[in-house]
Amino acid sequence: MLADAAAVTPAYKGYLEKKGFWSWALTLDHKRIGVMYLLTTLLFFLVGGLFGLLIRLELLKPVAWVFSPQTYNELFTIHGTVLIFLFIIPAIPSGLGNFFIPILIGARDVAFPRLNIMSYWIFVFGILVILGSLAHPMDTGWTFYTPYSARTDAAVTMLSLGVFMVGMSSILTGLNFIVTVHKLRAPGMGWYRMPLFIWALYATSIIQVVATPVIGMTFLLLAAERVLGIGFFDPAKGGDPILFQHFFWFYSHPVVYVMILPAMGIITEIIPTFSKKPIFGYKAIAYSSLALAFAGFLVWGHHMFTAGMSVVADILFSVLTFSVAIPTGVKVFNWIATLYKGSISLDSPMIYALTFIFLFVIGGLTGMFLGSLATDVEVHNTYFLVAHFHYTMMGGTVMGFFAGLHYWFPKMTGRMLDERLAKVAWAIILVGFNITFFTMFIAGYRGMPRRFAEYLPMYQPENVVSSIGAVILTAGIAVMFYNFVRSLFKGDPAPANPWGGRTLEWQVASPPPEHNFDTIPTITEWPYGYGKRAGGDGKP
Amino acid sequence: MENRKGKAEAFADPMVSYESAKLGIWVFLMTEVLLFGGLFMTYTVFRIKYPELFHQDHLKLNRTFGMVNTLVLITSSLSVAVGIAGIRRGRQALLKVCLVVTMLLGATFLTIKYFEWSDDFARGLYPRTDVFFSLYFVMVGLHGIHVFAGICVMAVMLVMAQRGAFNKAYSTPVEITGVYWHFVDLVWIYLFPMFYLIG
Repeated sequence: MLADAAAVTPAYKGYLEKKGFWSWALTLDHKRIGVMYLLTTLLFFLVGGLFGLLIRLELLKPVAWVFSPQTYNELFTIHGTVLIFLFIIPAIPSGLGNFFIPILIGARDVAFPRLNIMSYWIFVFGILVILGSLAHPMDTGWTFYTPYSARTDAAVTMLSLGVFMVGMSSILTGLNFIVTVHKLRAPGMGWYRMPLFIWALYATSIIQVVATPVIGMTFLLLAAERVLGIGFFDPAKGGDPILFQHFFWFYSHPVVYVMILPAMGIITEIIPTFSKKPIFGYKAIAYSSLALAFAGFLVWGHHMFTAGMSVVADILFSVLTFSVAIPTGVKVFNWIATLYKGSISLDSPMIYALTFIFLFVIGGLTGMFLGSLATDVEVHNTYFLVAHFHYTMMGGTVMGFFAGLHYWFPKMTGRMLDERLAKVAWAIILVGFNITFFTMFIAGYRGMPRRFAEYLPMYQPENVVSSIGAVILTAGIAVMFYNFVRSLFKGDPAPANPWGGRTLEWQVASPPPEHNFDTIPTITEWPYGYGKRAGGDGKP
Repeated sequence: MENRKGKAEAFADPMVSYESAKLGIWVFLMTEVLLFGGLFMTYTVFRIKYPELFHQDHLKLNRTFGMVNTLVLITSSLSVAVGIAGIRRGRQALLKVCLVVTMLLGATFLTIKYFEWSDDFARGLYPRTDVFFSLYFVMVGLHGIHVFAGICVMAVMLVMAQRGAFNKAYSTPVEITGVYWHFVDLVWIYLFPMFYLIG
């Protein structure tokens, strides 16, 4: 392993050496596939964000002044669908996960490399179908609720088939990761010696494999409803629209843990590396990932408190929803305990990680507001919900994703990021994010409903402030992307281990060689043995 | 493609390769269970909601076709199992015969289904007729797609067997294909009584 690091010369390019379209398009290398996923998802992050900006533009005035209400419906549907299905679900597992899972467990590749590249191209094909549906854009919101979605003229059939394909790619990736983690760990890497990022992605993969088929089936039924005229979800034909909502949320609630768990995994890697302290509560964090994956399946009904379920079901789902807070709290407290008396260095990955904790706690706690019945009836379908969702997903997942990008950029590209630019971008993003979304809590608590192009004039101050925040946020993200692109060409060459990490990816060169390891390492200790005692196994 | 060498090394141990494939197919079948699971849930919801309709409608289905198809599929499971048992003892010819028999039985199943559905349509029974027939056509249709996919995979196995890819020591692709085929049969074992035999 050290031989790899020593062999680095200025001409060394590692896995990036081969050039040409086909060397990427048909690659079996998990690192290249990971990079392709990252570039694809980052592209759709920008696209989806752009639609978010258009929404903010429309909401500057209480009347529909730029777009018609119909166009506005299409805008927020595209914003949600693109960012959820094409960015936030695949970005960390399929992107960073593909790149780092094999390296972190000491393997040369995932278990099924051909399946891996196939699932990437299924993903791309699904994207093309989804883009094809823009010929007649959806206006149902990203939730596809029936019976409207079964009747509207928009290209629901095409969009649901596209999402079905993207889901199939997600299933195959999850399957690949489960088998990889089970079967390809390096000698000596028992379950409790795995990095916690692997635990998080393992739990994520289980959710992907168990939940995604149900939404796939639901979308097939929705397509059949439109094409064959069946009526499972249509009350006029004896069907039940609430059944659609059950199916939809049976997937779409667990899938928020597909979004957040990998980000939590990234934070769990970064905090000990930049505190130079062993992670506090390793097993508690590992099992809290599995607990979230499990509990996530029991709480879907909290999206339907106002949909007309029985009161008993409402109460049960509300109680179960609170149980999700326990494993989440376990993680947050363990991160903070790891920071305690650590030797903390505030490099860019670390400040994003700390930002994650700060913003995600706000998002998580307001989730508890929404999980309690009486409060939910009050703020359901208001901007309070929109704010909560964006604090968990953008403040949580996206900040965790940014943290991971800054943490692993040197490893993936062989170049260091410009730290000063990274911190400038972070400061602008932090300010812009909070201005944009915290005002939504206020607007929502004052009763502003979501998903309307027009609103009562009393909410205009919040909306103007929020739109200004969105511009600031966009500026911050622009600086960050400028930093990525600039550093890719002009960044300082990255050493093998710029942050002093102890997990396996830092033991190989930057960027890693094509086969990751010349000889498969034998693991003798857990990966968080900072400041370990001589002769110990690294645990405190 | 440039990474073949790396792959060979990643699975230096053939046992790891075999176990990975086995675990992979079982995880895949779990996703299939959930895919059909949503439909079984739909079935349950509507059967509880409309017990009378389900009883009346199921009388309109042709039990003879259903019964024959059940026997056809169970026999095809047997032939797959015999083929796998054969290749484990190194009998390549037996494997090829069994693969062909299985494909023919699968095709028979789909052919019978074709005539059954033609008959249903002729009698004015369509997916849009009512909830029962929606479920019947969607669930049996989805199962039929799985049978068709199984036949295609069997064809690939047959080509590989023809090229001598399998022997006593290595038959992983045939084995996981067999596991998939048994699963598809098992789904039918549930579908048959649920649609043809309800009281």
